Amino acid sequence: MVGIVNYGAGNIFSLTAALDRVGVQYGMINNEDEFDHYERIIIPGVGHAGAAMDKLKNSGLAERIVTLRKPVLGICVGMQLLTSYSEEGDADLLGIVPLKTLHFYKRIDEKVPHMGWNSVSPQNGCVLFQGIPDNSYFYFVHSYFIESDDTYTSARCNYGINFSASIQKDNFFGVQFHPEKSGKAGEQLLLNFSRMVIS
Amino acid sequence: MLAKRIIPCLDVKDGRTVKGVNFVDLRDAGDPVELAWQYSEQGADELVFLDITATYEGRKTTIELVKAVARQVNIPFTIGGGINELRDAEVLLNSGADKISINSAAVRNPSLIDQLAKAFGRQFVVVAVDTRLVDGQNFVHLRGGRDKTEIQTENWIKEAEERGAGEILLTSMDHDGTKNGFDSALLKRVNDRIQIPLIASGGAGSQQHFVDVFQQANVDAALAASVFHYGEILVPELKDTLRKNGIVVR
Repeated sequence: MVGIVNYGAGNIFSLTAALDRVGVQYGMINNEDEFDHYERIIIPGVGHAGAAMDKLKNSGLAERIVTLRKPVLGICVGMQLLTSYSEEGDADLLGIVPLKTLHFYKRIDEKVPHMGWNSVSPQNGCVLFQGIPDNSYFYFVHSYFIESDDTYTSARCNYGINFSASIQKDNFFGVQFHPEKSGKAGEQLLLNFSRMVIS
Repeated sequence: MLAKRIIPCLDVKDGRTVKGVNFVDLRDAGDPVELAWQYSEQGADELVFLDITATYEGRKTTIELVKAVARQVNIPFTIGGGINELRDAEVLLNSGADKISINSAAVRNPSLIDQLAKAFGRQFVVVAVDTRLVDGQNFVHLRGGRDKTEIQTENWIKEAEERGAGEILLTSMDHDGTKNGFDSALLKRVNDRIQIPLIASGGAGSQQHFVDVFQQANVDAALAASVFHYGEILVPELKDTLRKNGIVVR
């Protein structure tokens, strides 16, 4: 079963609908003890990273997340929370992955937000992308991005600049796009995560 | 590279699609959920539902529709029509809509754009603009192009962006329904002035019209209704044509 961290940052209807479509069972994590009920954990998130971090801290769930040894998947702002810092709200985040979340504005000439379908190149056979062809398109909506990094970037995307479409450190995974809105490729990625075993 | 988007638009009334559709293998051509699913399977990048229901009972039906689409369709969708205040938008967000589109309500009360962007993020707020040429100038029109306002279209779009619109859906009423092609000249002028995505609408009649609007105006997305519903243009063939013309599509 997949546990969804329920800390009030955005609507999760689309995520649960996608899990239903691919036949993955899930439940909500509302307090620290409920982490024990699930083998895999998803941290959703839309909106403002600084505000999301405040909500996560206030929910009392942040401290437990950093100690988890199960597979964890952050989606969009939920992924950004795994990094050390975001320019959005000048906020310190969970610091699990030692990267920064930066604003596109002033760094690229393209339109912001980066909205729509963009192609993604997985690096070094990232397990999240098993069975998904290289350069498949995923749906993005975001104004902040995680810098591209040789160690922690597990899939790259380009929008005026190379950035992390996905990151990984040990059992922690994050995707900047919305797998729940990314057609069949996104559904496959959710299925891959739901079957993932960390050895 | 970011792909150009193809967006079929469905007109919905009391939970049913209004304009006829001419799809093979469709059990119920009036069911917007089935139609939406079919389009997503064909490779449409996004969907827009324009809900032309005003009654309270109709609105409840719309919310059920939004939930059903969100459950069954794996691409993003926008819902427009009848959104006059934050609460209307919030209900749609919580039912699974990715974006809402506002038109007349934003013209009557421009601060609604600011409020929606602040509450839900600007990526959630599409401002739809219907424009028509009057004495050589483009003016914003309301009620599907029937009522002229004194607001110049390009100024209004700039204001909408500054107030927090995440995207502009621009329909040329002069081109809409003609099947003579999009208004690429106007779309290019607008696109050169804004930093948010622009969706072209009105006038699609052939695959070449989509090639033209992407090449001439560099818009981010193109929307059409009847050419898709009547099977005159099939999404997979359209995408092949765009690819052959060097336009990046999914």
